[in-house]
Amino acid sequence: MELLIFYPLAIACVVLSMLVVFNSSPIASAMSLIGMMLCLAGVFVVLQAHFLAALQVIIYAGAIMVLFMFVIMLLNLSDDDKQWVARERNLFLSVSAGALILGVLYKFIDITSGTEFNSPAEVPDTFGTVRQVGTTLFTDFVLPFEVASILLLVAMIGAVVLAKSKVD
Amino acid sequence: MIVDLAITLAKVFFILAVTVGFFAPVLTWVERKQSAIMQDRIGANRADIMGFTALGLFHIIADAAKMFFKEDFIPDGANKVLHTLAPVIALVPALLTFAVIPFGGQYNLFGKEVNLVISDLDVGLLFVFAIASLATYGYVVAGWSSNNNWSLLGSMRTASQMVSYEVTLGLTIIGVLMVYGSMQLTQIGAAQENFWHWGFFLQPLGFFMFMTASIAENKRIPFDNPEAESELVAGYFTEYSGLKFGMFFMAEFIEIVTIAAIVTILFFGAWHIPFVTTATLLSIFDFLGTTGSNLVLMFIHVGVFFTKVLIFIFIQMTIRWSLPRFRYDQIMKLGWKILLPLALANIVVTGVVILALS
Repeated sequence: MELLIFYPLAIACVVLSMLVVFNSSPIASAMSLIGMMLCLAGVFVVLQAHFLAALQVIIYAGAIMVLFMFVIMLLNLSDDDKQWVARERNLFLSVSAGALILGVLYKFIDITSGTEFNSPAEVPDTFGTVRQVGTTLFTDFVLPFEVASILLLVAMIGAVVLAKSKVD
Repeated sequence: MIVDLAITLAKVFFILAVTVGFFAPVLTWVERKQSAIMQDRIGANRADIMGFTALGLFHIIADAAKMFFKEDFIPDGANKVLHTLAPVIALVPALLTFAVIPFGGQYNLFGKEVNLVISDLDVGLLFVFAIASLATYGYVVAGWSSNNNWSLLGSMRTASQMVSYEVTLGLTIIGVLMVYGSMQLTQIGAAQENFWHWGFFLQPLGFFMFMTASIAENKRIPFDNPEAESELVAGYFTEYSGLKFGMFFMAEFIEIVTIAAIVTILFFGAWHIPFVTTATLLSIFDFLGTTGSNLVLMFIHVGVFFTKVLIFIFIQMTIRWSLPRFRYDQIMKLGWKILLPLALANIVVTGVVILALS
């Protein structure tokens, strides 16, 4: 049952992310990226991480991509008219390099997570709820959380400083 | 299994009937009639059947007939796919939100617990915001795909306005979440059985900010800069006609209902009657048996909920016909320089009070 939902979502994810690259129009690329993020949120739901799925939609699909669209419209970007050409000489190299990287990633996840791919881990009922995510974030992962928030604060102040020096 | 499915389907049909079948068409009439009364006009009496106008109610039928038979026009040079898709992207989120909005409590009917919400999500309130933030694309894409400068300006205003007020909206409800300790809309509703525990008394500032920000999200006067007919013809939907325009129109009216419903649940006691607890009501109708008394209770609660929703719809309509349009820079200033700091202050004060009381 879960696989019936997971596979269409996963396939849609991959297809849409390829469309992001191959589309010649920037707006169409951005729309594909939004669709990909929605599918990714669906994958999170299948993994019982409802809170994460909601945040994925709110922050990435809802806020960040709106700004992307805003910038694309503001710059009035025209379609990229260059044709996609796969260079004969490099085709074999690039395909094998991609396959190698995929294999390394697979092995990496296999070693670090230590679980088999065909036997999903058992999770408790409270997994992925708002309360559980909050508790984990503010106890076990409080240091990375604070570091990330300081990083965001620095970026925000930096943006303000850069914008202000132009106005003054 | 089949019974559960039937109950869910019944709830979906009820919600669709209430929003699309009742509120959306009737609100077009309310808006006409109320504006006429407020501006001392006779108003909405042109559509008649054999000279009988029914207070202008036939305008609903006239509107629908006009939208169905009008030419569906796609301008030259427009992106056909996106131009067609945009109204759908705008309308679907408006309808989806109702999946998590409870319109009543929990009732024991025929030995079965019936919860009057289509999907009781743990992240209910976040779901509402996630879906609402997606609606932005409908308006942004509509303006961009029309190949019209007025439309493009309108949709750029939409993007900036909606992103700005979403921040305030999100921060405002954090106070509510802190007070009730849950994001589940059914739990927030159930926690307001005591009249003095209504969100309005615990988060008075939150209520006013939420109302302001959500009217701005819905892009209605005084925040209707994205369509501003005196500046931008009709903003993002300048190039839309017929049923596609109707979908934008319907999305706006359904969002009025959504805002009223969420305000009712978060700040005005959801389906509860002031000073009357569920237990009292149940004991009054005790002579009808468990199912009978629960059934009566259900009808009372649903009635109370939609009465409150109607009151908040009326307030939104009154605001719409009382205020002039704000200037674009005033809207941005209100969002970023007034509402945002106030929302942050509200969170700090709420946190301090909760800490002091615990």
